[in-house]
Amino acid sequence: MKPASFDHLLPTSLHEALEMLNTHAPDARPLAGGQSLVPMMNFRLARPTVLVDLNRISDLAYISDAGDHLAIGAMTRERTIENSGLVRTATPLLYDATLHIGHLPIRSRGTIGGSLSNADPAAEYPATVLALDATLVAQSVRGERTISAAEFFDGVMTTTLEPDEILTEIRMPKAPPGSGSALVEISRRHGDFALAGVAAQITLDGNSVTDIRLAACGVGPGPIRLAESEMILRERGLSDDALAAAGGAAAAATDPDGDVHATAAYRRKLAGVMTKRAVGKAAARARQSA
Amino acid sequence: MTAKRSITVIVNGECLTGEAEPRMLLADFLRDELRRTGTHVGCEHGVCGACTIIIDGDAVRSCLMFAVQADGAEISTIEGLATNGEMHPLQKLFSEHHALQCGFCTPGMLMTAIDLVHNSNDHSPGAIRIGMSAALCRCTGYVGIIDAVMEYARQVHGDAAVTGDETGGGRNDG
Repeated sequence: MKPASFDHLLPTSLHEALEMLNTHAPDARPLAGGQSLVPMMNFRLARPTVLVDLNRISDLAYISDAGDHLAIGAMTRERTIENSGLVRTATPLLYDATLHIGHLPIRSRGTIGGSLSNADPAAEYPATVLALDATLVAQSVRGERTISAAEFFDGVMTTTLEPDEILTEIRMPKAPPGSGSALVEISRRHGDFALAGVAAQITLDGNSVTDIRLAACGVGPGPIRLAESEMILRERGLSDDALAAAGGAAAAATDPDGDVHATAAYRRKLAGVMTKRAVGKAAARARQSA
Repeated sequence: MTAKRSITVIVNGECLTGEAEPRMLLADFLRDELRRTGTHVGCEHGVCGACTIIIDGDAVRSCLMFAVQADGAEISTIEGLATNGEMHPLQKLFSEHHALQCGFCTPGMLMTAIDLVHNSNDHSPGAIRIGMSAALCRCTGYVGIIDAVMEYARQVHGDAAVTGDETGGGRNDG
């Protein structure tokens, strides 16, 4: 239960961090909040030989209003996001997702960039950025590139980041006026990883659905966009029949593994139930705000 | 093995220096190097909350930070709660409400509760329940712990603040 030996590098600028990562790739890992990487190191499931610690790079922690989206620095703590009035009004789905992450002491350290780069299949932020079509910015000594959320996740705890790249910014599209959103999940205990969860953002015109975005977590190798369910609800509105069909389509779109916490069949069923609940809650909030 | 580094931290107002390899966890540094053994180590992977301490104002798991990351930080642990041999109000309430039995989880419970009560805006019973779910106790069944923390919240913020939602504001819903 103690980590293997490693060297700890403590850059104070992004430029310095990128140089260090380039020099030591592929054995070096960036260290963000450490709330997933450090337990994995304690279990020796991860044994990086060099950690490039990003915690003293103050330039990577910010939440700024960039017109049609919020630009969020990758080292912004989950606790900061939870307490941000700007996040709560401009991207309420991100706020909702944050409340489901671990516990307060975990959110004190955990960062949005770390959670996304770690790409745990059960984590809330990957489903959130996928549902909202967020844009992710990565930097390396070779330059900067932007990656769509759909292209960022690449299987269990794997992303399309190169070993010398650091995720530096998340661009979260603002919720349209009058829309509603919700992230709901089921876990055995509060703060545990979700057995299944669904992120939903919905815009209504009366009873018809003008825009809907759905993504699931915990029920596949990574977050899953529920495109079929979105289409059903856009075409058929929020009738009980349409919701049941959307839930069925969500269950069919998932690819869960069974483990000690829940069987694959149970997780798949939950994906359908969570879809219906998330849509219901998001729609109720949309009606409230309209 | 990577060479040890000199680490200086302020623990409960006292400036202390010790040595740590990069891989030394902050919890182990406090206990083994600085001999501040009030902070307990339980699961060592961030789940049980026994090692929770307050760093620069925020409750964190000291088993999920390396000592080298805390260089220069201001740390509060359970050893800093009592003043002049007089227990902190929260400690007295834990005693009065029988909120501990073996006491192993208590250091983390207290530091979690201090952050929760002083730094959170929501003092509803539900929010306190959800907040305290960050720390595990295997003896008391939690009722005494929640009672103690709610009474502490009343002492700090007044009775009116600790009312309302019992469920946690839908934070744990499905």
